[in-house]
Amino acid sequence: MTETPKIALAGVHKSFGPKTVLNGIDLEVARGESLVIIGGSGTGKSVMLKCILGLLHPDSGSIRVDGRETTRLNSRDRERLLHKFGMLFQGAALFDSLPVWENVAFGLIQGEHMPRPRARDIAVAKLGAVGLGPEVANLSPAELSGGMQKRVALARAIADEPEIIFFDEPTTGLDPIMADVINELIVQCVKDLGATAVTITHDMASARKIADRIAMIYQGRIIWTGHASDIDDSGNPYVDQFVHGRADGPIRMQIRAL
Amino acid sequence: MGFLAAIGRAFLVFLGATGNVAMFTGIAVSHCLRPPIYLRQVLRQMIDIGYYSLPVVGLTALFTGMVLALQSYSGFARFQAEGAIATVVVLSVTRELGPVLAGLMVAGRIGAAMAAEIGTMRVTEQIDALSTLSTNPYKYLVVPRLIAGLTMLPLLVLVADIIGVFGGFLVSVYRLGFNPASYISRTWEFLEPVDVISGLVKAGVFGFMIALMGCYFGYRSRGGAQGVGQATTNAVVAASILILVFNYLITGIFFSDK
Repeated sequence: MTETPKIALAGVHKSFGPKTVLNGIDLEVARGESLVIIGGSGTGKSVMLKCILGLLHPDSGSIRVDGRETTRLNSRDRERLLHKFGMLFQGAALFDSLPVWENVAFGLIQGEHMPRPRARDIAVAKLGAVGLGPEVANLSPAELSGGMQKRVALARAIADEPEIIFFDEPTTGLDPIMADVINELIVQCVKDLGATAVTITHDMASARKIADRIAMIYQGRIIWTGHASDIDDSGNPYVDQFVHGRADGPIRMQIRAL
Repeated sequence: MGFLAAIGRAFLVFLGATGNVAMFTGIAVSHCLRPPIYLRQVLRQMIDIGYYSLPVVGLTALFTGMVLALQSYSGFARFQAEGAIATVVVLSVTRELGPVLAGLMVAGRIGAAMAAEIGTMRVTEQIDALSTLSTNPYKYLVVPRLIAGLTMLPLLVLVADIIGVFGGFLVSVYRLGFNPASYISRTWEFLEPVDVISGLVKAGVFGFMIALMGCYFGYRSRGGAQGVGQATTNAVVAASILILVFNYLITGIFFSDK
């Protein structure tokens, strides 16, 4: 690869007490590509994203963004770096003390010190981009359905036009139709922004729709990466078992907690 | 040996918790001194702590002053010292009861609310969302609460002092038949600035402690509704105990020569 990857992880380890969650993650994401990371619950997908964002500190290993090491940034440089990122959280994580438009405009007002009326106009435009009318802008997040909350959260994640967007299980808890709506919106938004996207999911329909490339994580390691079109003949028994959702195979479910 | 080990373990847990609180305080205070300060949030917290606590603090002070007058009358009448009631009421209220009772009431009202709000934001990933929107959670959540606690509690206690003395006045004049003019002049006679000032210093410290405990336990809460409930309880208990301990320490500093 001649170009510097947008994000590069090498040998990232993270343990919580005796439990090893990330056991040497190696992963590269190229500029402008959409990578989907699949894997079962509790395999360290969310922890990996949080390590890249600096919400958690890896025990060892290197995480580079645009070729620059980020694991030892001080809090000011970290804040500057996070300007490049947007994230859609699994539970939407909207601020329930603020109306919908202020949620969407939050990064613009607090992070970029934009005047409130202008930020509001942009927020309404972003809400339009995810298919929500201006009448939603003044509601409180608690008044919205789960699907609408996800859309607002998506609008918030793209509002200050980040270079990198993370999606944490974007379709979990939605009905299949709403899930597909969100998938379409993600594809559309990422394309419009020209952003690099990393999505973690265990929803294969979602993965097929969003991904340029797919990586599978198992027991804290990336065990397979390949093009989205190759997912059905990966030749990897772990991937096969996951893609087809079989209980039998090399992956044994951890029934008992460690 | 098991018994000794248990003592040692409890002691280590205590030391660890003290260290965590100290680190949290250090980070939070360092953010208080560095811009930006979110004035809108500071104002919101000031209204919450100062204005909306007025009824509960006012009622507490009123009845405390009233009962103080009544009790001292029935006690002092035994040795013909009824004339000291005005002095007893004003000194007890300004030095001790005003700050301590207002502090305890606000700890229940505000400390619990802070822990619950920040704890819920933690478990629903709203605090992580703040970071990804380039907003430091300490600056946005903790600093405004600390500033509001530190500044608003002295004002509340000043109001409580006045209302408490007024409560004593009401009972003495309308129930016990004192002369209003001589009661008021008796109130002023032995009151010194240090009596009021020490009470206000206590109030500032208590306000800071209440906000600090609310934020600390909220910030560290884990594991859903139960974790948030636990954080709320811990915040109120810790704040109340710290109020009583610091009350003694500050009294010692102000009045040790007497």
